[in-house]
Amino acid sequence: MNESDLPSFLLDGEEIPFTPGQTVIQAALTAGHYIPHLCYHPEFVPHGSCKVCTVKANGRPAAACTLPAQAGLAVESDTDELNDLRRTLVQMLFAEGNHFCPSCEKSGNCMLQALGYDLGVMTAGFRHFFPDRPVDASHPDILLDFNRCIFCKLCVRASEEVDGKGVFSLTGRGIMRHLIVSAESGRLADTDIALTDKALEVCPVGVILRKHVGFAVPIGRRRYDERPISAQALDDAPRMMEPKHG
Amino acid sequence: MAEGRIRVATASLAGCFGCHMSLLDIDERLFELLEKIEFDRTPLTDIKHCGPCDIGIIEGGCCNAENVEVLREFRRNCKILVALGACAVTGGLPAQRNHLDLGACLSEVYLTEPGLVNGQIPNDPELPLPLDQVHPLHEVVKVDYFVPGCPPSADAIWKILADLVAGRTPRLGHGQIQYD
Repeated sequence: MNESDLPSFLLDGEEIPFTPGQTVIQAALTAGHYIPHLCYHPEFVPHGSCKVCTVKANGRPAAACTLPAQAGLAVESDTDELNDLRRTLVQMLFAEGNHFCPSCEKSGNCMLQALGYDLGVMTAGFRHFFPDRPVDASHPDILLDFNRCIFCKLCVRASEEVDGKGVFSLTGRGIMRHLIVSAESGRLADTDIALTDKALEVCPVGVILRKHVGFAVPIGRRRYDERPISAQALDDAPRMMEPKHG
Repeated sequence: MAEGRIRVATASLAGCFGCHMSLLDIDERLFELLEKIEFDRTPLTDIKHCGPCDIGIIEGGCCNAENVEVLREFRRNCKILVALGACAVTGGLPAQRNHLDLGACLSEVYLTEPGLVNGQIPNDPELPLPLDQVHPLHEVVKVDYFVPGCPPSADAIWKILADLVAGRTPRLGHGQIQYD
């Protein structure tokens, strides 16, 4: 189908063509327009939990990752109001967990950190929770550091949908919500997780870490040290016009 | 006091002086800076108390009662207060003890650590008492500007200082905001 035959909606005043079935964020990224996001991953069914991709569609707030694209929709995204709200969401995530970037192996490759850079977050602002979340170092090749979990559910989704294992799960509600390992002992060593699992690859922060490679790429030469996440996300987005299936 | 110069105070609380080292890393730009500012209390001048200042720059968070006192002295005296570096902004590495019981920490370090002989928990009245948790500065006083980084790069510090000295709102661009 020719691009000009496609229906379209407006994003910050620019026309975005879409294939029916695409969400607003899929169509935007495909067309080369960045909408900040955190729990959205192009290969997975959207979860819509982090709310960082919140836009205003015909004046109403909605998560761009779950909102189906519709012809004639007027979507606002890159506005001071929405970026302020996104900044606050990122700040709350930083205050809620234990995010000590200087001692984190994921630093420079972390989406939460990169979003903070891009949105100009200079401080968490709120009172830090400093929660007690012991690490799980039981597995010989994989470390689990729960201190940095942002409950995006990507590892849960990847382990279930791609790896067919269900190694991870979220439990508890509200402020008690936390990530657990689906084993009777609760230890990662007692699961069938493997280094080749998709679940390892998708963690946007530094929870699921491969052991023995921590600083193979030095701090300062990592993914988001080189380019801001807004540029990187467009490179990663699927370029074809068809929506992704399966 | 030299006429028309901007008065600047700095201090390191629960920090490692890495941010002060990074400040010195602005190298020859220090000469340019020193034409416009003069230092009040700072580890460079060895002045012990902060007088009225235009800008106060604090490295490190608050881990004991003395840190809180110095921070409050800065807040009382400085028109603009800047939290410099990861520890000042987030509590940083010292705050990694925050989920542990302070008594248990002191006991492990001074009493039960293998190899200790006749260990005792320091209790001299001159020693400031540790707080139960390490706090980033904004949890204790109002902070005007935050510069993350461990340490912030010399270029980031220079940009913040140059903006403040020129009377602009300090802003860092991509590559200058670093949390690590």
